Amino acid sequence: MSSPRLLQGTVERVAPWLVPIAILILWEAGARSGFIEARTLPAPSQVAVAFWESAKSGELGRNVLISFERAMIGLAIGGGLGFLLGILTGVSRHAELLLDSGLQMLRNVPHLAIIPMVILWFGIDETAKIFLVAVGTLFPIYLNTYHGIRTIDRGLIEMAEVNGLGKFAIFWRVLLPGAMPSVLVGLRYALGIMWLTLIVAETISASSGIGYMTMNAREFLQTDVVVLGILVYALLGKAADSATKLIEHRVLAWHPAYHDRAAAN
Amino acid sequence: MGSFVLKRLESIDIASSSTRPEDSHLKDRQTSSFADDRKQGRTLALEDLHLAYGQREVLRGLNLNVPSGQFLAIVGRSGVGKSSLMRLIVGLDKPTSGRVSIDGALVNGLQKSVKLLFQDARLLPWQTVLSNVGIARSAGWRDAAMKALSDVGLADRHNDWPAVLSGGQRQRVALARVLVGNPNVLLLDEPFGALDALTRADMHVLLEKLWLRERFTALLITHDVAEAVALADRVVVMREGRVVFDVDVNAERPRLRTSPELAELQSRILREV
Repeated sequence: MSSPRLLQGTVERVAPWLVPIAILILWEAGARSGFIEARTLPAPSQVAVAFWESAKSGELGRNVLISFERAMIGLAIGGGLGFLLGILTGVSRHAELLLDSGLQMLRNVPHLAIIPMVILWFGIDETAKIFLVAVGTLFPIYLNTYHGIRTIDRGLIEMAEVNGLGKFAIFWRVLLPGAMPSVLVGLRYALGIMWLTLIVAETISASSGIGYMTMNAREFLQTDVVVLGILVYALLGKAADSATKLIEHRVLAWHPAYHDRAAAN
Repeated sequence: MGSFVLKRLESIDIASSSTRPEDSHLKDRQTSSFADDRKQGRTLALEDLHLAYGQREVLRGLNLNVPSGQFLAIVGRSGVGKSSLMRLIVGLDKPTSGRVSIDGALVNGLQKSVKLLFQDARLLPWQTVLSNVGIARSAGWRDAAMKALSDVGLADRHNDWPAVLSGGQRQRVALARVLVGNPNVLLLDEPFGALDALTRADMHVLLEKLWLRERFTALLITHDVAEAVALADRVVVMREGRVVFDVDVNAERPRLRTSPELAELQSRILREV
């Protein structure tokens, strides 16, 4: 590798961090000079101290873990169901007729609006939060799976038929891989909705989790812990997004948009 | 799930695969492909074919007999029903009336002995070149696909994604894909129409070489009369859903495009188109 290329690589690695770091420095300076009041927004250093203390006591780890667990179980149930329903309505005219308009109706209900009902049904324990996350993640994945299968080039299906592929082979080798780019877009949408739902659910009714931690801190005016909670959400969201990108690179390796530079040359 | 896929396919107008030939048919063909006898063409008979989509009549009493191993070119303006004819022969569509038979057997459903080379390559972008060529995944497909790829001169690209290939290379992969099925009848639906002139000339040489070796019955649809005359044993002109002109091309192979007889024949055909 030549040195200009190395330099370019370093620049590309560093550049995305420049703006966040600059904001952090300005923020710290503002807090220290008294320009920003500590009760309005604590200095980054205070947040760091809060992080250290709650990490040391194990409280942070415990809360992150429980939130992560809720998010993943909810996503697995809602996303899995959405994926299966999307495949069903994508490949079958009958299933589409039967299910699609109902699902489209449900999709347009803001799922957070059913929180009162959910509390009546499930109380305020784990089931309620997992249910909300599942409902929130079902529709983006359903819609994108359905759309992904429906928009596959008919010419490819015809080609597969002429070459003697059976129905299952066409499903596994043409429909499913062809729908994957769309399914993964759905997954990324679902991840955003997943964290959003969890924040709301945990701040309304919970006795553990990041949302609970921040709501509790608010009552005692611990703004540093509140900011810490928000930052943890941001990091979890970013981690989930990176994980999807990783999956995309593996699953969509064939797609020109994901070709490595080395392979293209 | 299977029935759902089937319904889905029916819903988008692709012929039902319920009439797919049995597996035993496949086995027969595999054994025959390993035999020394390379004269594997089949005769094709089209009798009084009519095809209408609603009010629009595409084919109006088309009659055509193609002897085994012949290279026939079908020339016509766009919209005269050439592509519809291909779909009838491969079994994707059914004629409104009339019959298509291959070696005397009536075509009903998709034909394993017939392969179709589309105008666009139609490669699966998510499979490597090798997997695309061996798409039918018959026994020993890797070796067969590798061999077909070296026949079209792309053995070294077997591990690439289709997206990184040029248009001509993609069409060669598609050609390898039909060859791997050892077709008895090969239909070529304007397969080189989208290629540049130099690539097209290369493809002509390649196709002629492979046809001389395998001796399948070849039906080439084209609107390029020069291409028809350069490659085919016989050229027919289609107009208004019928064959209106039929001529043999008796020139020696390999043919010189500049020869005066071919030029004269070309202008005769052009007058009929």
